Amino acid sequence: MRTHDTGRAGLSAIVTAPVHVVMGILDMPLRRLQRVGGTGGMAAFFLMPNMLIFGIFVLLPFFINFAYSMTGGTALFLPDRTFVGADQYARLFDCRSYVDPGSCVEDTFWTAVWNTAAFVVLQVSLMILVSLVTALILNRDLAARSFWRAVFFFPVLLSPVVVGLIWKWILQRQGLLNFGLYGLGFDPYVWLNDRNWAFAATIGVSIWAHMGFYTLILLAGLQAIPKDLYEAAEMDGTRPARAFWRITLPLLMPNLLVVVVLVLIRAVQIFDEVYVLTGGGPGTSTLYLTQYIYETGFAAQLRNPGLAAAASILMGAVLVVLTLVQLGLGRSGEKKGGRK
Amino acid sequence: MKKTRTMLAALAVGLLASTSALAGDVRIMWYSDGVEGEVLKDLLDRFMKENPGINVILDNVAYSVVREQLPVQLEAGAGPDIARVTNLKAQSQHWLDLRPLVADPAYWDENFGAQADWMRPDGSNQISGFMTQITLTGGFANKTLFDQAGVAIPGKDATWDDWAKAAKQVAESQQVPFAMALDRSGHRLTGPILSYGGNYVGADGKPAPLDQGAKDFLTKFVGWIEDGTMGKDVWVSAAGSTYRAAADDFINGQLVYYYSGSWQVPNFSTKIGSNFDWVATGSPCGPANCTGMPGGAGLVAIKYTKNPKEVAKVMDYLAREDIVKEFSERTLFLPAHKGLLAKGLDFKTDDAQAKAALNTFVSATGSLSELAQKLPGWFWSDTFYGALVTRVSQAAAGEMPVDEAFTRIDADIAAKVKDSGL
Repeated sequence: MRTHDTGRAGLSAIVTAPVHVVMGILDMPLRRLQRVGGTGGMAAFFLMPNMLIFGIFVLLPFFINFAYSMTGGTALFLPDRTFVGADQYARLFDCRSYVDPGSCVEDTFWTAVWNTAAFVVLQVSLMILVSLVTALILNRDLAARSFWRAVFFFPVLLSPVVVGLIWKWILQRQGLLNFGLYGLGFDPYVWLNDRNWAFAATIGVSIWAHMGFYTLILLAGLQAIPKDLYEAAEMDGTRPARAFWRITLPLLMPNLLVVVVLVLIRAVQIFDEVYVLTGGGPGTSTLYLTQYIYETGFAAQLRNPGLAAAASILMGAVLVVLTLVQLGLGRSGEKKGGRK
Repeated sequence: MKKTRTMLAALAVGLLASTSALAGDVRIMWYSDGVEGEVLKDLLDRFMKENPGINVILDNVAYSVVREQLPVQLEAGAGPDIARVTNLKAQSQHWLDLRPLVADPAYWDENFGAQADWMRPDGSNQISGFMTQITLTGGFANKTLFDQAGVAIPGKDATWDDWAKAAKQVAESQQVPFAMALDRSGHRLTGPILSYGGNYVGADGKPAPLDQGAKDFLTKFVGWIEDGTMGKDVWVSAAGSTYRAAADDFINGQLVYYYSGSWQVPNFSTKIGSNFDWVATGSPCGPANCTGMPGGAGLVAIKYTKNPKEVAKVMDYLAREDIVKEFSERTLFLPAHKGLLAKGLDFKTDDAQAKAALNTFVSATGSLSELAQKLPGWFWSDTFYGALVTRVSQAAAGEMPVDEAFTRIDADIAAKVKDSGL
């Protein structure tokens, strides 16, 4: 009878055998390549498959999208489209005043821009605050700590469409919230028909759905901070608030920076759960940039892929700038920290 | 080792089969308003037994998939082999000409010729497919609520104002949230607009700016949403041209008067059952006429199919008089088949309300305006509908005055015409 360990060793041999065979075949050409090109070239050689996939699936679509943004017409096949230069960009920027979407030719684009800006400012600040507070609490010696961690992480596992549907069932006219309010003697209220409540709901729901992921990153950062730093601070009589500002926050900064960048990118791209929850309404009060791009490029009758592509290029440019600013701030913070 | 190879081979075949059409495969993209998906599956199972060499795959999808994703697939030269669509004219360049492929083109011309132009490129004699049902927009009233409120249901020639007044009275009396609702759809808005004398078609055949008739009804409509006569949830709840129906509110007894169309009859018959009494009321009248909007879904062959002969065979089968008869009688849809309409149908339902509703819609076809009959075959209809929905919603949500909405509708449509290069 074969033992368990013997079986595992057998399995390992089956898995590694092909690798040995491949490496055996590649060994001689790789050595020759290294002799000719040096070791520096080897890195490029091994990066090539990855770069190829990245190029085909990321860079190439980016350039194709850029090409689309320079074309007009309703056809989808690029060679069938007419070259219009920067006309689509000019149309997006054709405004008397950028702060008044009503004065723009593409008024829904600017409505979406300002809605997205408001969403990003509020959602990113609240998301970081809530995730940080949750991570700090979950880092303490709580009873059933693993259970609470799972509870906060659970919504991350749900599809955004499911998240949108769950909250729609809660907030709609005959939803759970109104059922509860009615039971308590209050008049039901149509939350999703109210501009302010609908906007707040999109922020709240997106925080609920994704905070678990960011909490997890911050929790990992908190657990990497050596405990003896806090013990030493406690012996010196440092108060917990001061320990937070002087020890926790500076040492958590690399994780926080990652979280800020990720939250920011995700907030600018918000679409799926909001599309299901409010459909961009009431009116256009929760119409965000990604929905505008989707509607213009795909859902509208006689769609305009060129205009949608131009709007998506602008959105991408804003994201790149924001990310660079974040990284720049992070690096300058690190340098300052180093001087101290 | 042999077992592993067999499994890998099976996996490879499975993957290939899941991603590409095999010879003899015919894939149909289908959406359902009621039970018609089940009926079609039944009919196709019989077809496959009779034609073992043809494998018909029925993809049941949401209407929004047909509306939003199919056009993109078609533009990319892909998609299913057959699809059930409502946006027939504007996409007609993607339909396959079945004339050289079907067994008897004269049968198609004779029985489906009246609507053939709705789904063919202008100026051609192409056979693209056939209408699975002819629909007509019209109203439904919750009779039980009217009876309980002691309010008489407005008569045949009642105006939109009469219905608004009566429905509001019933809603207030019976404490239901919605007096009236009209689907969030440009097609649905168009019936009443035409009854107010509106006309979308310019002298050159291209879209004209909104005229006084259209403005009059739209002003009234937005006013009804603002004062709560018309349900706010349907029109204010989404941005863009997203479709929203109020059928569930009517089915749940939350709505007194619902303006939708004949395709709701089987849905109501199945879902309302004996919960309350309801009646179809035809289209209310405006100053110009009492027209509804005709339409329907067409089953069309897609020209990018790799199996055109098999597609034609499936289409010939589904367009056969006995099959159309069975499909219509079991789904409670009005067929487009001329011969069948002349012979009459025996709808398979014990629901007297559904039968009466279907008869109401049949008699309402007599009051259709000339323009209403022209619009399903007009290239720019959907462009007009999309702009109407987007801007009227914004006005209804209080984002812009109704006059500005009119200006925006005209500008949106003009931009679309310019973008199209036509």
